[in-house]
Amino acid sequence: MSTSTQVVQDLARREYKYGFITDVEQDIVPRGLSEDVVRLISQKKNEPAWLLDWRLKAYRIWRTMKEPTWANIKYGPIDYQNMIYYAAPKRRPSLESLDEVDPEIRRTFDKLGIPLEEQKLLSGVAVDAVFDSVSVATTFKAKLYELGIIFCSFSDAVQNHPELVRKYLGTVVPYSDNFFASLNSAVFSDGSFAYIPKGVRCPMELSTYFRINARETGQFERTLIIAEDGASVSYLEGCTAPMRDENQLHAAVVELIALDDATIKYSTVQNWYPGDAEGRGGIYNFVTKRGKCLGVNSKITWTQVETGSAITWKYPGCILQGDHSVGEFYSVATTNNWQQADTGTKMIHLGRHTKSTIVSKGISAGHGQNTYRGLVKIAKDAGGARNYSQCDSLLIGDQCGAHTFPYLDIKSSTARVEHEASTSRIGEDQIFYCRQRGLSTEDAINVIVSGFCKEVFRQLPMEFAVEAQKLLSITLEGSVG
Amino acid sequence: MATMLDSYVAEAERAASAGRQGDPTWLMETRRHALERFTALGFPTTREEEWRFTSLAPIAERRFVLAKNGASALRPQDLDPLRLPGTTAATLVFANGRYVPAASDIRGLPPGVRIDSLGVAMSQPASAIEKHLTRAASADRHAFTALNTAFLLDGAFLSVPDGIQVETPIQFVFLAIGDEPETVAHPRVLVVMGAGSKASIVESYSGAHASPYFTNTVTELFAGEDATLNHYKLQQESAACAHIGAMYVRAARNSTVTCHSISLGGSLVRNEVIVVMDGEGAECTLNGLYFGDGRTLVDNHTTIDHARPHCTSREVYKGILADHARAVFNGKIIVRPDAQKTDAKQTNKALLLSEDAQINTKPELEIFANDVKCTHGAAIGQMDEEAIFYLRARGFGEHEARRMLIQAFAGDVLSRIPIGTLGARLDQELMRRLPGEHR
Repeated sequence: MSTSTQVVQDLARREYKYGFITDVEQDIVPRGLSEDVVRLISQKKNEPAWLLDWRLKAYRIWRTMKEPTWANIKYGPIDYQNMIYYAAPKRRPSLESLDEVDPEIRRTFDKLGIPLEEQKLLSGVAVDAVFDSVSVATTFKAKLYELGIIFCSFSDAVQNHPELVRKYLGTVVPYSDNFFASLNSAVFSDGSFAYIPKGVRCPMELSTYFRINARETGQFERTLIIAEDGASVSYLEGCTAPMRDENQLHAAVVELIALDDATIKYSTVQNWYPGDAEGRGGIYNFVTKRGKCLGVNSKITWTQVETGSAITWKYPGCILQGDHSVGEFYSVATTNNWQQADTGTKMIHLGRHTKSTIVSKGISAGHGQNTYRGLVKIAKDAGGARNYSQCDSLLIGDQCGAHTFPYLDIKSSTARVEHEASTSRIGEDQIFYCRQRGLSTEDAINVIVSGFCKEVFRQLPMEFAVEAQKLLSITLEGSVG
Repeated sequence: MATMLDSYVAEAERAASAGRQGDPTWLMETRRHALERFTALGFPTTREEEWRFTSLAPIAERRFVLAKNGASALRPQDLDPLRLPGTTAATLVFANGRYVPAASDIRGLPPGVRIDSLGVAMSQPASAIEKHLTRAASADRHAFTALNTAFLLDGAFLSVPDGIQVETPIQFVFLAIGDEPETVAHPRVLVVMGAGSKASIVESYSGAHASPYFTNTVTELFAGEDATLNHYKLQQESAACAHIGAMYVRAARNSTVTCHSISLGGSLVRNEVIVVMDGEGAECTLNGLYFGDGRTLVDNHTTIDHARPHCTSREVYKGILADHARAVFNGKIIVRPDAQKTDAKQTNKALLLSEDAQINTKPELEIFANDVKCTHGAAIGQMDEEAIFYLRARGFGEHEARRMLIQAFAGDVLSRIPIGTLGARLDQELMRRLPGEHR
C-alpha cells in the first residue's frame, strides 16, 4: 500500500469529531406516542387550545398514514412507540446573560467551537441556541426587536405572538402533508420563529444550532420564518450531534413564507452523527422543508450542505405562487461509509414568469448511496416560467452508488426547462496533474472536491462556508483508495 | 376490469387450443405461464411508477377481440407506401399479426440466412428459437409482454449465422387490415444475429382503421459477439390505434446495436426499449423521434442496462407536440456494480408547439460503479423567437421559418437513418402532419 493510500485510509477511518454526551438532568415524558402524550406536551408548553387541537388533528391523521417506502433508502423498522417525544433540560437557565447558562451546556458549545460570546462579539450573529428541545439562550434579541423583527424560540412565539403563529402555521406544510410532517405537527417540541416586518432588512444573519442530546429522544423541530413585503432575511442552521449507537429519529418541519418583494435565504450545514464505519447507529433525518413565494417578485433560496446522518430524506422545495418569484436550491450531499441520502428539491411554478435554479452536487464514497430526486412542475398558467437544473455526482471508490431521478412535469408551452446531469469519478489524470505540481494525493482530492462544490459553497454565508469546507474534508477527502 | 381480463384469458385459451396440433410442449407451456402472469399482473395503473403518467383506460375499458387473419383482405396497393426505397434483401408482410406469404419476398437474402414466419419456425423441432424466444422478453413483470406471449401464434423470425453480412435492409411490415371495430393483434419479432454478422432491419407498423384497434408488439433482438445490428421501428398507425410496443435487446461482447424509433401515429402510444449490455465492449445507440397532435399520448420508456464493463451507450430522443398532445419520456441508465469504464450519454428534447401540449420527462441514472462517465440532459421549450426573427429578417415568412426550425429539430434524428431516402420520406410525412399544413 502506498503512503498516500495509507494517509487517505487513515483519514477515511477518522472518528466523528463531534461525538460526546453532555449530562444534564432532563425532564422527560413517558415513552411512546398517544393522544395523552400529545396533550402532555401541549400542557407542559402551556399552549392555547387551538394549537392543541391542531396537534391532535395531526396525530389522528398520522395514525392513518403509512411510512413512505418510495425513497431509495433502506433501514430497519422504526418503533414509534419506543421513543421519547419530549425532553427539556430541567434546570432551565435564565435568559438574562450568558453567565447564567448551565456550565455543562456551555462546555458542549465550546467543544463544538461555537462559544456564544465569540459568536456575539466577533461575527455579529444572533444565536438562538437550541439545546435539545428548549431554547437555552437568545442573544441580540433586543437589538432586533428595535427594528420590529421577532426572532425567538417557537414556544415563545406561541406565548407572545399567537396571532402570527396561528395565521401562518401549517400554511406551507399542512399537518396532513406527509407521514413525517404529520408526526412533527403532533409532537413538535420547539424550534425557531422569525418574523421580519414590512420593508425591513434584517441587519444580521440569524442562526440556530440544533443539537440532539438526550439519549433516544427524537427531535421534532418546527421552524417558521415570515418575511413581509419588501423584507429580507438570511437564516443559518447548523447541526452536530453526539456519537450514539442507537438510531435517532429527527423529523423537522421548516416553513418559509415570502410576501411581495421579500427575500428569504435559508442555509443549512448538517453534520449529525452518520453511524460508524460498519453502518451502526447514526441519525435518521426525515425533514420536510418548504417555502412559499406568496408575493410577486419574492425570492427563496435554499442552500444545504449535508455531510452527516445515517439516512437523509429531505426535499426543500419552493412553491412559486407570486408572479416573477424566484426559487433557488443549492446543495452538496455527501455519503461515506454506509450513509444513505435521498435528497433534492421540488420547484412548483404556479405564477407567471417564475424562475428556478437547481444546483445539486452529490458525492458518494465508501458504501454510500446518494440519490438526487427532484421535481420541476410548471403549471399551465405559469407562462414564461424558466428552470435550469444541474445535478452532478462524484463517485469515490467502487462500492458506492449515485442515482438521479429528476421529474420534469411541464404543462406550459412557453416554459423553458433545462436539466443536465453527469456522473463521474475523480479522474486519475486530474490527481496526476495536481501531484505533479507538488500536492499530496490527499490535498489533490481536497482541491478537486472543493472545486466540484464551489458553486454551492459560494452561496453560503462566510462563517458557514468555512465550516462546510472543513466538514467536507473530514467526511470525504480520505476515501480514495 | 376483471371481466376484461377474463375475456382475454378465454380468447388466449381458444387461440392456443386451435393451434395445438403441431405445437411443441415448451411453446404451450410458455403460453400458459405467460397467461398466468398476465392474469396475476392485470393492466398496469397510474399508481405504478412505470405507468404513472400513462393511463391505459382506453385499452383496459374496451373489449378488444383477436383480429381475424387479414391475408385475404390485403391489397397490393396497401403495401406501396410502405415499401422501402432502394433494394431490400427481404420483405415479410403480416396482416393483423399473421404472416402473408403471397405478399412477402425473401429472394434477396444471402445463403444461410434463415427468415420465416415465427408460426412456422416455432412448430419445427429443436430450433434456435427455443433457445432465444422469451429469453430477453420475460413475461414475469411486464403485463403487456405477458399478454403478447400468451397469444404467441405468429410473427417474424430472422436468424443470421456467424460471419454473414446482409448489406441491404430487411423489412417486416405489420399492417392492421379490415374495419372491424375493437380488434387486437399481438405481433412478435425474434432476431438472432450470429457472431460477426451484420443486418439492418426495418420494422414498420401501420393501419388504416377508423375505429379503435390495439397493437401489442414484442420484439426480441439478440446481437452476438462482434455483430452489427441496425434496427428501425417506424410506427405510423392510424389515429384510432392504441400501440403498445416493447423491444428487448441483448448485446453481446463487442457488438454494435443501433435502434431508431420513429413514432408518428396512434392515439395512445407506448414504446419501450430495454437494452442489456451483456458483454464487454458492446456499443449501443438509441435514437428516437416522436410526434403527437390532437389528443394523442406518446410515451417513450428506454432502459439501458450496463451490466458489463467497457460498454458505451448514446441516446438522443426528440419530441414534437402540437394541439392537446401529451408526451412522457422516461430514460433510465443503469450501471451495475463492476461495470467499470462505462460511458453513457443521454439527451432528450421536446418542442411544445401549442399552449395545451404537455410533457412529463424523467431521465434517470442509477449508478453502482465508480469509474464511469454518465451524463443526461433534458430540455423542454418552445420555438426560439430569436431564431425565427433571424430567419424572418432574411425574408422567410413566419410559417416557413417555423417549419424550417422544426425540420432542423427533427432532422437531428432523421438524418441519422442511412437507408436511401427513408429519412427524407419520414421528414415529409412529419412536415405534412404539422399544424397549419394541408393534409
